Amino acid sequence: MLRFILNPYILKRLISAVPVLLGISVIVFAIMALIPGDPATAILGSYATPENVAALNEDLGLDKPLVQQYFIWLGNMLQGDFGRSFALNRPVLDEVLERFNATLILAGTSFVLCSILGIIAGVVSAANQYGWADKAITFVVLLGISIPSFFLGMMMILTFAVNLRWFPASGMWPIYGSRDIWALIDHLAMPALALSVVATGVIARLSRSAMLEVLRQDFIRTARAKGVHERGVIWRHALRAAMVSIIPVLGVQAGFVLSGAVYIEVVFQWPGLGRMLVDAILRRDILLVQGGVVFVAACYVFFNIVVDVAQSYLDPRIKT
Amino acid sequence: MSFLSLLARNRLALAGLIVIGIVVLLALLTPWLPLKPPNVTDTSNRFQPIFSDGALLGTDHLGRDLLSRLMWGTRLSLAVGFAAALVAATLGAAIGIVAGYYGGRTDNIIMRGVDMLMAFPYILLALAIVAALGPGLLNALIAVAAVNIPFFARNIRGITVGIAHKEFVDAARLSGMSNTRIILSEILPNVIPVIVIAMSTTVGWMILETAGLSFLGLGSQPPVADLGSMLGEARSALITNPHTSVVPGVMILIIVMAINLLGDGVRDALDPRLKSGALNRPLPATMVARDRQPAPAQAEGILTLSDLQTQFHVKDKVYRAVGGVSLSVKPGECLGIIGESGSGKSVTALSVMGLVASPPGVIAGGSVRYQDQELIGAPYGTLRSLRGREVAYIFQDPLATLHPLYRVGDQLIEAIKCHRPIGRAEGRRKAIELLEAVRIPNASARIDDYPHEMSGGMRQRIGIAMALANDPEVIIADEPTTALDVTVQAQVLSLLDDLRRERGLAIVFITHDFGVVAQLCDRVAVMYAGRIVEEGATRAILDAPRHPYTARLMACVPELGGGKRRLEAIPGLPPVVSNLPEGCAFAERCTRVQGDCRKGEIPLENGVRCLHPVTYQEAPA
Repeated sequence: MLRFILNPYILKRLISAVPVLLGISVIVFAIMALIPGDPATAILGSYATPENVAALNEDLGLDKPLVQQYFIWLGNMLQGDFGRSFALNRPVLDEVLERFNATLILAGTSFVLCSILGIIAGVVSAANQYGWADKAITFVVLLGISIPSFFLGMMMILTFAVNLRWFPASGMWPIYGSRDIWALIDHLAMPALALSVVATGVIARLSRSAMLEVLRQDFIRTARAKGVHERGVIWRHALRAAMVSIIPVLGVQAGFVLSGAVYIEVVFQWPGLGRMLVDAILRRDILLVQGGVVFVAACYVFFNIVVDVAQSYLDPRIKT
Repeated sequence: MSFLSLLARNRLALAGLIVIGIVVLLALLTPWLPLKPPNVTDTSNRFQPIFSDGALLGTDHLGRDLLSRLMWGTRLSLAVGFAAALVAATLGAAIGIVAGYYGGRTDNIIMRGVDMLMAFPYILLALAIVAALGPGLLNALIAVAAVNIPFFARNIRGITVGIAHKEFVDAARLSGMSNTRIILSEILPNVIPVIVIAMSTTVGWMILETAGLSFLGLGSQPPVADLGSMLGEARSALITNPHTSVVPGVMILIIVMAINLLGDGVRDALDPRLKSGALNRPLPATMVARDRQPAPAQAEGILTLSDLQTQFHVKDKVYRAVGGVSLSVKPGECLGIIGESGSGKSVTALSVMGLVASPPGVIAGGSVRYQDQELIGAPYGTLRSLRGREVAYIFQDPLATLHPLYRVGDQLIEAIKCHRPIGRAEGRRKAIELLEAVRIPNASARIDDYPHEMSGGMRQRIGIAMALANDPEVIIADEPTTALDVTVQAQVLSLLDDLRRERGLAIVFITHDFGVVAQLCDRVAVMYAGRIVEEGATRAILDAPRHPYTARLMACVPELGGGKRRLEAIPGLPPVVSNLPEGCAFAERCTRVQGDCRKGEIPLENGVRCLHPVTYQEAPA
């Protein structure tokens, strides 16, 4: 494990994440500092006395200069103290971690789904360029990237939950009954699928063009000249080379799925981070928003490092 | 074919344009259409179904007319989406141009900031901005635009960097123009098409995203509704009155889909690679024209080409790359094919096993026989089982022709596995044997190298080893030594010569180098503009070339120790094979040309396709 981390490439990527993470914290802090009005008034309501407001401001450290506020906030965060959510009256980090768990299950499943489906669709499409399969896939993909995921989710509830009664309409767990893996899958199927549709379309489009690019290369002709069966030419030779340009897009789509989960969580009443953020925004629960956004962004940065490392294993030319 | 499909694509784009045009027109006309007021509630008429009296699309949970709300909502959604796209494009392009034009430190700082913004998962940043500014349609617009700025900045910066160092910009700078003026008059006009493409591909997204924020209740606030908030309000009645959800949802779908169709069309139309067919996927085997006339064998040999014709069909032009070539090679014999680049020698070789990229390649006529089997028009399965097993290829430039991401050993083992099952250990042993056969030192270690870890000469040997993997009867070598330096070239040639003697291989050797031909080939065929112009024993042709083209080609080769002989380039260019002249194709460049050279078909007689061949009483000493 230690040797793995000390691999120079991985180490380099980890170190390069530090300024990005700092930048993220600055941006989030700056956005929140832009908020018009006074957070203390927002918390206490408009009937609060000026004395109470001043006391709370001092309590929250809001009477200090901005730069100092930022470093206090950052220092606390580094020690795992994201502050308290005033609306929920519990530590932000506890709430975020609990909600993140649910989002991770949803977004993770969707990410796996969209990666597999998208790549398969793209490869099949490219291998049958201008054939009926290509045309059908291209049309479905266009439909997929044009439909709002929240509308799709609503239509899925109407069809598969209300009319056909195949899946439960909302929530993560049954209200009564055991919380086992089957119950989870039952609840997860529709939201995960609805969330993956757009990303599947994007990945399929990109995989198709990456494959077409690769299929013109000389080494594909070499594979054919060797007598490799066309299946092997497509799925072994061409896809392996196309993955080099598909993987970075998977990284981008992971961010899309992670943040697009907001809509799906609202539609399917999924107890995730996105829904928490929307509620927090509507309640003006600033610390909770700050904490949630920084947390998700940081996770995404680390996920992108994982993508880069995966890329370096997939493409031996990157290794230094 | 590619032309037709391009047309079909454009037809889809046209459909998109028409649909979005109608929607935009209706949205613009909404205030003057005979619609009910969109925000007047009528609780006694809640949830009227579609096609009910006085409400074509029914009414919502407050009894408001859905058609009217839909039109006003569409108007609002379109306005916000386009405005967001415009803001993002303008600011993003400005940032990108400044970063790309000034470069250096400015560029560095700006792009770092852009990278930071891009480190956020997309919608999360929009949420954060709305959280700060508070819910509201204008704030949603700002958020969506802000989130898309990095995308534009990055794209435009890339283009600007490319332009900023072009001659015309340098010229403007030298003429004393101010930076602002250069940006406005030289850079901007070149960048605008890119901005338009980027906008056409993202405006659909932006409409979706603003609808999304409104759906979450963070965008437009009641009673005013855009399509997203209509959907958000209808959600609570989804099960009882689905039509209130379906109406705005389908409208968003129609708008975004039309915009995406149009955007794809715009992008495709401006992508030169699509027009040239450079993004066509080559089929597993070259297409064979249905009206192909097979030709009888004209010579004996293990591999016989008879009147082979291979063409490239690009749009409405036909390039006759190979215009009726007949050749044959016997076991243990080495046949050289020589010619300038573009003479059709490689296409001839690739046609044998159906490896000409297709589209656009088509084998239009003639025959290729291996032993007694016709290869042109043979089913894919037959062709595949012969490829590499009976007839193997060695290609030029092994860095491009070996798979960059597989170890060379695995590529060798795969070549064997294609034709007979072989175990892991057995395959490895065989692969090491092959590497040793092509004289690669330390074979058992190099087998685990990737192609990029080897030298050019070593890679070429890997290419040869791969061709030998299944003990083929015929090897077709397509300029295998062109990319190598002279010493390595000599090694590779003697290696091939040894293998031919040891294994009785028939070799077809394609080159543009007479020196190589002299060293290796028994017979040689000279190609020009897709046809053989001279053929015969190597010695005879080297001593006394009869076709003027062969003579000129040989004059191009400097001879070692031959004193100061002038290197003569052949004046003029080979003819374009889509528009071949009548008669001799070389007539334009020939010094011995006479009137009858430009008339009628000139046959290949006694090994030369020339009416006035060089005769050796008059040949230069």
